[in-house]
Amino acid sequence: MKRFDAINRIAEVLTEELVICNIGIPSKELYHLRDRPQNFYMMGSMGLASSIALGLAISQPRKKVWCIDGDGSILMNLGSLSTIANVNPSNLILIVIDNESYGSTGDQYTHTHNNTNLEIIAEGAGFKSIVKITKGEKIKNILRDLGKGCHFVLIKTKPGSALVNNIPLKPIEIKNRFMQSFTKN
Amino acid sequence: MNIDQKLYEIIKDFGIDLVLSVPCILLKGILDLINERKELLHIPVTREEEGVGIAAGAYLGGKRPAILIQNSGLGNSINAITSLLELYNIPIIFIMSHRGGKGEKILAQIPMGKITNKLLDLTGIKTWSIKSSKEITKLKEAIIYSQEHNCSVGILLQKSLWSEEI
Repeated sequence: MKRFDAINRIAEVLTEELVICNIGIPSKELYHLRDRPQNFYMMGSMGLASSIALGLAISQPRKKVWCIDGDGSILMNLGSLSTIANVNPSNLILIVIDNESYGSTGDQYTHTHNNTNLEIIAEGAGFKSIVKITKGEKIKNILRDLGKGCHFVLIKTKPGSALVNNIPLKPIEIKNRFMQSFTKN
Repeated sequence: MNIDQKLYEIIKDFGIDLVLSVPCILLKGILDLINERKELLHIPVTREEEGVGIAAGAYLGGKRPAILIQNSGLGNSINAITSLLELYNIPIIFIMSHRGGKGEKILAQIPMGKITNKLLDLTGIKTWSIKSSKEITKLKEAIIYSQEHNCSVGILLQKSLWSEEI
């Protein structure tokens, strides 16, 4: 399984969830697989996907917020794990697709390729609900069955990205349609 | 009311409903008030840039966040200010204690203290400097400016603001 397959399985389960998607190819892959107004594609500020998702989760407590993050990104902002675990919102799933590499910059290894274990880091940060997935076919059922809470879901994949085009939306368009997707109701 | 109470009341009364903070000794009084009174949602963060991310997400979700940090944390936030707040036009209020200015005794504060205004200028964040209790209404002005112009603003709280009480 590569990240593209993992995102495909995640995208298939989505209903009304608000999604914050990590910068670079992950966002392009999600756009290609299933664009929807409830997707917020990050185009800068690498490392902050989980933080943006936390802010969204506390300000929209009735919505389910899913963050699609990556190993390189979360390693850049490990403090975020301790903040999220301590705020402990009841509506957040932090999905980290760990392909052990910086996929958007040429597949250079991250430290998870060697000694670093994000599952243990999440536990140490204080997450009470941690799920590790290594088989793509399990993603849908696990995500579907996670109840209320603050969950850390680690999906281990191989490196490599799909050949997908850039997202043709301007950042302001992404923001406006994202905000309208849940405020107009 | 002392300075901390005055600052706190303005933060609370002018539409800010979420505070992200990294502590500074100058901000201790305001942070204590925020924690004691529990009128504002407050999330202590591990690094200022993380606070910018949380603030941006909370803005998307309808909140009006302020970031309460020392000016050194501005340096930790530059990429997020440009490639998140500016890129998506997300207005955030930065309330910063300004170390490294006149009378600063800690040498380590001086290099960042010197370039703080220039950094804010470079990022295009309009900034208000508050040096004494007489100028405290500038905080109100800055918050209203941010709301009316839908842009991020900076407020620099100078050390002299507190030293005049001692």
